[in-house]
Amino acid sequence: MSLLYNVPAFSILLPMLAGVICLVLPARASRRLTNAVIIVLALLSFLLLNSFLDGAPTFTYRMGHYGAPVGNEIRAGELESAMAMMFLVVMMLSLMGGRNHLRSDIGRSKVNLYYISVLFLLSSMLALTYTNDLFTAYVFVEINTVTACGIIISKEDGYTLAASMRYLIMSLLGSGLFLIGICLVYGLTGHLLMPNIQEAVNQLVRNGHFQAPLQVTIALFAVGLALKSALWPFHSWLPDAHSSASAASSAILSGLVLKSFIFLMIKIFFRTVGPDVMTGHAILNLLLVFGILGMLLGSVNALFEKDIKRMLAFSSVSQIGYIFCGIGLGTIAGVSAALVQVVVHAVTKAMLFIAAGGLMDASDGKKDFNALQGSGKRDVVAGAAFVVGTMSMIGLPFFAGFITKLTLVTAAAGAHDWRAYLSLTAIVLSTILTAIYYIRILSLIFGKNGSEDQDGEVRSRRFLSAHFRRHLSMDTEYILAILAFIGINLWIGLRSDVLVDIINVGLSTFQ
Amino acid sequence: MNNYIVTNLPEVAAIILFGIGFSNLLLARNLIKKIIGLNIMDTAIYLFLAAKGYVDNAVAPIVPPGAVDPDLYVNPVPSGLVLTGIVVSVSVTAVLLALTVRLYEEFNTLDIDEIVHQLRVKDKEAIR
Amino acid sequence: MYKGTRIQTLYNLLSIVFTILLIGILLYTVSELPVMGDALHPANNEVAAHYLVHGARETGALNAVTAMILDYRAFDTLGELCVLFVSACSVYILLRVDAGRKEEEVEALDRRYEPWNDAILSKAFLFLVPAVFLFGIYITLTGHLSPGGGFSGGAIIGAGLLLYLNAFGLEKTERFMNRIRYRRLNCGALGFYFLAKGYSFFVGANDIKSVISVSDQGNILSAGLIMPLNVCVAIVVSTTVYAVYLMFRKGGFNI
Repeated sequence: MSLLYNVPAFSILLPMLAGVICLVLPARASRRLTNAVIIVLALLSFLLLNSFLDGAPTFTYRMGHYGAPVGNEIRAGELESAMAMMFLVVMMLSLMGGRNHLRSDIGRSKVNLYYISVLFLLSSMLALTYTNDLFTAYVFVEINTVTACGIIISKEDGYTLAASMRYLIMSLLGSGLFLIGICLVYGLTGHLLMPNIQEAVNQLVRNGHFQAPLQVTIALFAVGLALKSALWPFHSWLPDAHSSASAASSAILSGLVLKSFIFLMIKIFFRTVGPDVMTGHAILNLLLVFGILGMLLGSVNALFEKDIKRMLAFSSVSQIGYIFCGIGLGTIAGVSAALVQVVVHAVTKAMLFIAAGGLMDASDGKKDFNALQGSGKRDVVAGAAFVVGTMSMIGLPFFAGFITKLTLVTAAAGAHDWRAYLSLTAIVLSTILTAIYYIRILSLIFGKNGSEDQDGEVRSRRFLSAHFRRHLSMDTEYILAILAFIGINLWIGLRSDVLVDIINVGLSTFQ
Repeated sequence: MNNYIVTNLPEVAAIILFGIGFSNLLLARNLIKKIIGLNIMDTAIYLFLAAKGYVDNAVAPIVPPGAVDPDLYVNPVPSGLVLTGIVVSVSVTAVLLALTVRLYEEFNTLDIDEIVHQLRVKDKEAIR
Repeated sequence: MYKGTRIQTLYNLLSIVFTILLIGILLYTVSELPVMGDALHPANNEVAAHYLVHGARETGALNAVTAMILDYRAFDTLGELCVLFVSACSVYILLRVDAGRKEEEVEALDRRYEPWNDAILSKAFLFLVPAVFLFGIYITLTGHLSPGGGFSGGAIIGAGLLLYLNAFGLEKTERFMNRIRYRRLNCGALGFYFLAKGYSFFVGANDIKSVISVSDQGNILSAGLIMPLNVCVAIVVSTTVYAVYLMFRKGGFNI
């Protein structure tokens, strides 16, 4: 273990330090620094995950000289390090793939500000993953909100301004509820560290004291974080925010930011409140019902959308519904399915957003369906990504999405009551709807060219081979990123046992 | 059921303020009013939190060296949390106000619905 | 004019119902909570007692709140400074001069805010501003001994900077507070904070003996890292307040 013991704290502090240094760096240097930080941290997280898989015990790390209950702690285990690894890899690939868009969307003088936001966002997501303390979680939730807003507004037009305003307002309502939940928990238990709270809560439940405030607190946490992770009735901000941002920002927001809140919610339910209280809790049923509604209505909204990025954003609403469906089942199998979906959706949706950026390049930067006709042939890389993404979203075997559908269906069938029937029906219906709108867009981008006067043969097959023979350019990064995403997707699909193992082992040591 | 609503008056006031702020943030259409709502909401939460740390007949937690009786001082934890919370809310307010300035320059209105409407009209024109 | 469609009305109605429900539930919750001000309140447990009884010995700070936010729970405070920094960056992204605004327009707008060589104002502030600065510095430096600390001290110094700016104009202020100095101060203070706290997290978690001792309680130069950290916090807070104000006023520094 030895030095690897310091990796979690190091991976929270290093991006912050790099972010501060970026303030005095020029654009190019700040990009290189960001990439270097992400690569170093991804390697370290990989080593940490490996040591856990070799049987190293999970540990808590004191932030300072004094441990629980007076100090501040972070905790690392299989789940945390796997999530951190996923965040780092997807963020790296998103930044690589969206780089040409960043150049055109963001003025040169504020590129370093963009990377400051990205680094702090990364740091906050890692902190939310590793933290063992509720109030630290609140502070980093706020950093997450402000920086997410920062990477949306870096592309300055009316759309992003209005979208990030709505995003901030909804998000702050969520933080308010979350914070008052923390106050209530503190008032009831006198602790802020998760294991101590769990102990105190269990004692309260045993003695039968303060039951009503406890239930309200759990509900406040659930609603506050659901607002931030765009569970169905609270999703109204998501399509605008995620569709108006630059390609890399959209990929990061849709793939990662929502997931960090969901992971925090899982952490609060099963580590802070404790599985004893949460099993069969009414709020889980509520999350299940809203998740199912989101699965169906998000898909229906996506079906009527005529703008590729908005369609992908509504698809995110639907996929978030799957995650909440898994959590709402309330069983270990359900949570495990939800976590598989977290990873799979992060990888797939980030790829689709980057590819959508490529398709827009091939269609004069327009994103409505008329302009996109035939764009899959003008940019075969993005076309391939959309084929893989579609297969994965529908859940065909050998693709990552198959694993989520499989684990979720198994988990749902294991519930043996109304929840099983409801969620199985919803999964089938939602899969059909997903298939319809994704296959429609496939047929569109591989169909006839819309208008004759489009010049955008950016990355057709002919141009691609010429491109590789001539020289490597910024497009190379985009192509490599998409290929890496496709590779990861297929790897998850073919070697699903690795991912499922990590998640199951992690969940077994999670309490 | 034990009814403490009379003894917990500061907390009741905090909750009412929280409700006022929350509904303003959710329902007011003017952006400045929304931001004021946010600030009322945050302040209410700090009042709620500060009330948690209050102990009757106790003084501020400045502890002279030597052994002490902890019951003489109020709980220092909520004070620290409130301090953190205030800084967070100030920063978020700055970002919101900056966004409002830019939105006003762009759309000449502070009404969020009106802004969304203008964007929809622009969208339709772009497709046509 | 865009006045509510039917969906809008429905949404408003639902929001009102949701808010009323929320307040009702919360009021009911408060009526069930433990009695306020009671020494046996669950919040007044061994954690709070530990801060009060052992705080001075373990951290050297007599002010238990300072001990808590800069030592026991320093990680939160680190995050807090990051929020300040990040929000200043976001404001900078939004309000920078070249963000689609014309330079002359901004200058014309800025004229309104420049002071008009008002004799009473500048004479009064000549006495007031140093006092404000001194007060802020005092509060910062004695943060571990008495009420106060980096955040409050920094806010006061920041207010002093704004007073100076509004009394004597931007040109005079920029002689000692300009973009370069802002960046250096901010980066230096934040960098020092990160390194100091990174060191203390590292030695704390790995059970290495720290070279920083916390003897001599009650003295101004005591409490190990707490006073330097308070100074860093004050620098970050005051420069951020000043920079954000300038950003709103004219979109950035002149020099």
